[in-house]
Amino acid sequence: MTSGVTVFGLCAAAAVGLGLNGLMTSPQPLRKIIAFNLLGSGVFLLFGIVGRRGAAAGFGNDPVPQALVITGVVVAFSATALAIALLLRLLKTSGSTTLDDPAPTSPHSDPSGD
Amino acid sequence: MNIATVFEIVLASVVLGLAIWTIAVAETYSATVGFVAYSLLVALIWVRLDAVDVALTEAAIGGGLGGVVLLGAAARLRDAEALTVEQASPIVRMSAAILSASITAALAFAILLLPDPAPTLAPTVVANAGATGMTNPVTNVLMAFRGMDTMLEKVVLLLAIVGVWSLASDRAWGGRPGPRHQADPNGVLAFLARLLPPAGIVVGVYILWTGADHPGGAFQGGAVLASMWLLVIMAGLADTPPVSSRWLRLILVAGPGLFLAIGLGGLWLGPAFLSYPAAFAKPLILGIEVAMILTIAATLGLLLAGAPERSSQ
Amino acid sequence: MLPPAPALATTAGGFLLVLSIVAPVAGILLAFVLGDRHVRQVAFTVIPIGLAIAAAILLAPPESDGPLVYLLGAWPPPLGVALRADGLSTVMLATTAVVICAVAVFAVTDFRPAAADARAPFAFWILLLAIWAALNTIFVGGDLFTLYVALELLTFAAVPLVCLEGRAETLRAALRYLLFALLGSVLYLLGTALLYGLYGTLDIVLLSRRVTAVPGALIAAALMTTGLLAKTALFPLHLWLPPAHAGAPAAASAILSGLVVKGSFFILLRLWFNVMPGLPGFAVTQLLAALGAGAIVVGSIVALRQERLKLLIAYSTLAQIGYLFLMFPLAVDASGKLDSGGALAGGLLQAVSHATAKAAMFLAVGSIYAGLGHDRITGLRGVARALPLSVLAFALGGIALMGIQPSGASLAKELLLEETARTGQWWWAVVLQAGGMFTTGYVVLVLAHALMPSDQPVVLTGPTPLSRDLPALALALCSLLFGLMPWERYLPVPYGAALKLFGIDGLVKLLLPVLGGAALAILLSPGPLPVISSASWNTLRSVVGLCRRCSVEVGRRVERGDEVLRQWPVACISLLLVALLLAASMFASN
Repeated sequence: MTSGVTVFGLCAAAAVGLGLNGLMTSPQPLRKIIAFNLLGSGVFLLFGIVGRRGAAAGFGNDPVPQALVITGVVVAFSATALAIALLLRLLKTSGSTTLDDPAPTSPHSDPSGD
Repeated sequence: MNIATVFEIVLASVVLGLAIWTIAVAETYSATVGFVAYSLLVALIWVRLDAVDVALTEAAIGGGLGGVVLLGAAARLRDAEALTVEQASPIVRMSAAILSASITAALAFAILLLPDPAPTLAPTVVANAGATGMTNPVTNVLMAFRGMDTMLEKVVLLLAIVGVWSLASDRAWGGRPGPRHQADPNGVLAFLARLLPPAGIVVGVYILWTGADHPGGAFQGGAVLASMWLLVIMAGLADTPPVSSRWLRLILVAGPGLFLAIGLGGLWLGPAFLSYPAAFAKPLILGIEVAMILTIAATLGLLLAGAPERSSQ
Repeated sequence: MLPPAPALATTAGGFLLVLSIVAPVAGILLAFVLGDRHVRQVAFTVIPIGLAIAAAILLAPPESDGPLVYLLGAWPPPLGVALRADGLSTVMLATTAVVICAVAVFAVTDFRPAAADARAPFAFWILLLAIWAALNTIFVGGDLFTLYVALELLTFAAVPLVCLEGRAETLRAALRYLLFALLGSVLYLLGTALLYGLYGTLDIVLLSRRVTAVPGALIAAALMTTGLLAKTALFPLHLWLPPAHAGAPAAASAILSGLVVKGSFFILLRLWFNVMPGLPGFAVTQLLAALGAGAIVVGSIVALRQERLKLLIAYSTLAQIGYLFLMFPLAVDASGKLDSGGALAGGLLQAVSHATAKAAMFLAVGSIYAGLGHDRITGLRGVARALPLSVLAFALGGIALMGIQPSGASLAKELLLEETARTGQWWWAVVLQAGGMFTTGYVVLVLAHALMPSDQPVVLTGPTPLSRDLPALALALCSLLFGLMPWERYLPVPYGAALKLFGIDGLVKLLLPVLGGAALAILLSPGPLPVISSASWNTLRSVVGLCRRCSVEVGRRVERGDEVLRQWPVACISLLLVALLLAASMFASN
């Protein structure tokens, strides 16, 4: 097996888990965005592992997954920028960054019908 | 266990440590700093994985520009984030931990079970490299074999710009993105902003040029150019252009536009959409990449600058 | 090397697939450069071209000659990327073109670029073209990574549409939508990486020949499915849908509800029916359909409890998405493989019918909102007289959705019911019937309010141009007449599935959902009912009152449960639970 695959493969799996955990539990949206980036980096690393295992024809890493990762990194960056622009706009408009809806009003209490 | 393996284990442990810090630390700003450090070390992993093109991209876009975006947001959100104190309940945190750990375990299991010998397209890429006259296999995949993905991803970048701009208030529409930066004209930032860009532009163009045969290309070069541009803006030496500016919009569509035009040329004159005639493949691809580096630099810079905030007058 | 198989070589007419993507992309670039004043013009130049391309693909040689194929750059997979259009793609391409066209006509006045406020029109028209480009790429893309890029393109186009008006709650909805959608696409990408590691290709046809039930493939399938479910907003992963779809401007809501959720759903179909038909097995399909049934029940009950019309329709979308997943268990054949037969045809027909009907309903509500200045359901009295065409469009769209003949939904239901009988899964027949009744319930509820005469004349606060009502009516009619279309050419509709329009059978099929739906509306809607003032009601009241109080209480509990499920951490936990359940049931059946 090519060097680094197992160690970094486990590292990628752990980064995915940590990113998921952060995305689930962080209350602040910015932390969620950072966790999403961590998660994404784990997924990209997995592509790197896959490419590394496919080293052949004089290349230390299969070029196809590398190209996919480069595309993916750019997409993830745009997503981050869009999410942060939304977040800053939300802060400006509402004065807070919480994602929870304001307390729902439920005036439905009279089932009798009139 | 040889020295390389030890290095890999140490690197992986430090990276994981930073990842845990990023998730666990209480303060958002520290988490952001942790993530930037994490990204830079991940670039090292990419070097170890013999994927230098990706390492450059990860360092320039993931760690560099991504880090600038996140740090900028963390600074602007510092007060607001402190207000969100409500923590997830212990039950939620416990189940989140268990579930993400199971996903990690499943993934690790799948990774360890990947087939040996691994399937690869590397030989096919090599066998077909002659069609483009370029020897960097990653550039070949991005620009020729999977050109459609690259073109669509340029459209994604453009849409991100449209999305960010659409968040402007109606009054600021057509104006300049981001706050106007002022810096001490004799300070270190202004000094760097005068000193670095000429060298940075040379480096960026070199990365693009060398990308034909060696690691590098339009993304990485574009990221370097974008950071030079941002440096000049931050130092107050130049202002962001108003979003209604026609030349700015032309630059923003130049990359995908030329890609699309040459692709259609292949449809009408050649065998297929996005095919290049063998004799002109290299100059055509380099032409697209030149347009793309401008587009990428402008797009990345504007994504960092944010929504229009000031009228252009 | 093997000689290229039919699916791996460009066919005549394949260039149409390229054009279907290139036309809207070129429109985006052009509109962006020409800027604020000309965006709408560019959009209206591209739309007829796009319609013509979709029509040309529709009229291309039929499915029996194999799908249309185009190799981009003439590079055959696995190195290159292929575009393919089978019957499913063709139908979706055509439907998308029609809906986009209708919505564009509707939006002519709302997003007029000459106005001082040029921001919203600029964004709207470009994003509309972007959604079209993304959907077309999804429908014809033959490579899982190209589909990923298209999926992201779709998200990037859809999210800003949600918050075009810039209000705080829509910004919040957009951010939630973006984050959850990104989570979904990352999970999809994760599965893609595993599949490449296992098989060295991401081409759908090549993968379908190589995929075997190894653990890695099962984990990849579970992750990709979960990611796509999150983007499709299948219950309980729907936290983002109601606020996003209800908060957007009407034209955007129509696109989001009618088309955007179908994008990820379509990739799910590709993944299961084309890439790995042998993997899912019985348990997984039951699980998916059970989530669909949950979506129907929860979505419909919560819809019946809404005060605002737009939220009611958004929750109806949630329920209808559930309906789409009922086809999976019915498509499993004797050997445990997913078979592209009647069930698939029924499911796709349902998707197409919903796309047109729901877009029509959102557009109609947009007109009502613009006319009345509000969309409170209890305040709809007299609106049928004031805005007859809008209410008619809403009613026709609703009737089409209920599955009244000859709508597309009724043919879909017919096909699915036949499959339940054939495979002996009667419990899904019950869910199918209940789904029809629930749909009728909330449509009847709205119409009952809208058709009641008002004590005082309705004051219209805004203009009500025909350009708003006609597209809504056209879409509703499309959906209503879909049952009469010659689908055999594109979909595996079994011969003889034509609708029986008349006779006792037809009458029962008409009355059953209507009566059941009316009962459900009376029992579950907590607000004052419009029929209540009549005297005969008072005598029945004591009898019905108790039932109603109980069922309203049940409805309240369901609504509470929905609120809990829509909290961010809970939804994420559901997401990972779904992933693990899917993986576990796949491991169990393989």
